[in-house]
Amino acid sequence: MSTAVVDAPAVVQRTLAPLAPMLARQSVAQARMFLRTPAVSVISFVMPVMLFLFFGLQVRGTPYLPGVDLSTFMLASFGAYAVSSVMVFNYGITIALDRGQKVDILMRVSPLPGSVYLLARTITALALGLVGLLVLFAVAILTGTQLPAETWILMGLRLMIGSLPFIALGFALAYLCSPSAAPADPNLLFIVIAFGSGMLIRIDQMPDFLRTIAPYLPTYHYAQLSWGALGAATEEWYVSAAWLAGFTIVFFAIAIFAYRREAARKFA
Amino acid sequence: MERQPAVPVIEMTAIHKSFGTIQALVGVDLRIDPGECVAILGPNGAGKTTAISLMLGMRSPTSGAVRFLGLPPTSREARSQRGAMLQDSGVPTSLTVRELLDLFRTYYPAPMATAAALRLAGLEDQAGKKAGSLSGGQLQRLYFALAICGDPPVLFLDEPTVAMDVASRIAFLDTIADYAAAGRTVVLTTHFMEEADQVARRIVVIDRGRIIADASPAEIKARAAGKRVRFCVTDHIDTSAFAGLPLTNLVTHGREVRFLTNTPEPILAELFRRGTPITDLEVGGADLEEAFLALTGSAAVQAVQA
Repeated sequence: MSTAVVDAPAVVQRTLAPLAPMLARQSVAQARMFLRTPAVSVISFVMPVMLFLFFGLQVRGTPYLPGVDLSTFMLASFGAYAVSSVMVFNYGITIALDRGQKVDILMRVSPLPGSVYLLARTITALALGLVGLLVLFAVAILTGTQLPAETWILMGLRLMIGSLPFIALGFALAYLCSPSAAPADPNLLFIVIAFGSGMLIRIDQMPDFLRTIAPYLPTYHYAQLSWGALGAATEEWYVSAAWLAGFTIVFFAIAIFAYRREAARKFA
Repeated sequence: MERQPAVPVIEMTAIHKSFGTIQALVGVDLRIDPGECVAILGPNGAGKTTAISLMLGMRSPTSGAVRFLGLPPTSREARSQRGAMLQDSGVPTSLTVRELLDLFRTYYPAPMATAAALRLAGLEDQAGKKAGSLSGGQLQRLYFALAICGDPPVLFLDEPTVAMDVASRIAFLDTIADYAAAGRTVVLTTHFMEEADQVARRIVVIDRGRIIADASPAEIKARAAGKRVRFCVTDHIDTSAFAGLPLTNLVTHGREVRFLTNTPEPILAELFRRGTPITDLEVGGADLEEAFLALTGSAAVQAVQA
């Protein structure tokens, strides 16, 4: 006589949901949230393209170094800006917004493992960073930029792999900033370190004190990786990689500290 | 089939929880078995939300132990066996109702169909709407849908009807009762006696961090006074004038008299018969805090004596 209502499990099940579909669905949801927050997604995707169209194309034909056009050098800079800004903002702003809207409480009570939540964000950040970069490359190609295929691929790979410290930075900022200040704080900080690195203004045009500070910024070494794909870097790629690895460790350590501090405060 | 002794869904042992100098829970012991539908009832600030937060592992006790199905409440195994509707949580506002349900279903080992969750929560017409555009009542139903979409054997509801009008509240409570009737365990908090009475088969009354009653709705209702009576008398009156009447919390203040009772009519009839000079009579439904004065008053006395 068990036809009408849905039967409840008589014995408590000890099974858990499979992680792969959970991760896939979570990543898609994160991407949707990012794309539906125009304040974040427009800046991340449109800014680098606009910078290239307004400033890069103007200087086409001007040599920066022998064999390196100034417009392609700027393309490499804006590519670094495109990927790193998506990384910082996807983590920094959307996690902080989640905290502000108390979505973190809902997620903590749900069966979703914290590691899946963070991994989904990382996958989303990488995918969106890649999209941002490919859009910029497509615009550059359509407007007549010519580079050998291996240069495009090398630049793309370096920018994707080298973006790890910015994921960590976004993660740290997400838990350090107050949720109400979320869109403002990471934005400001990121603009400062992007400017200071030579991504947005060429280093040789910067005032002296900035030029002194630049080599201590993660963005500087990240941009070096991108410039290096054109043969226009001023340091070896492995030096840049070592700096970025160091920044990754430091930022992740800060992020874990901030995350634990927040959890201890909120769920004591 | 052979019956095994059931692992309790909730086992709270000697729980104390304080926030700074505030004692939210004081020596709470509570066991909830599989299949029970329990209402935790109490006035605002009594400790209901703290109790449910501990059951969910959102807070940890200052001392004492909480187990959920024999597991630590924060473990993934524990979380996979329950759904929760909280008072103070948010949803990603840019996702639609359907997207959120499709997402939450992947968290559970054996979820129900999205359509079934939408139907149970009465959100079929809002499936394509973004969470940020829902009304207060619709948002509550979305939280309910998210809590049940995994078809969990245990459901927690913290003040679930708080943003609802009377009609949707009644319909919603029926839905909860159906969910519980299918053999699942439901724990809900409320400060409405009628709500607890409509849904639960067991009511745990919490006041000032202590469990002061734990019984069936019928027993609780019998002990809690439901009406507040107030009137004036033309002359000074002695409390002996009310001797033998089934009332509690009698207060005489000058010419004003107040008391609580479940049966105002026979009491008043008796008072009139005794010739009590009553004027300015008011009889009103006691709010919960008043209704539980009878219960809490005796608990306070016991606490003082102990």
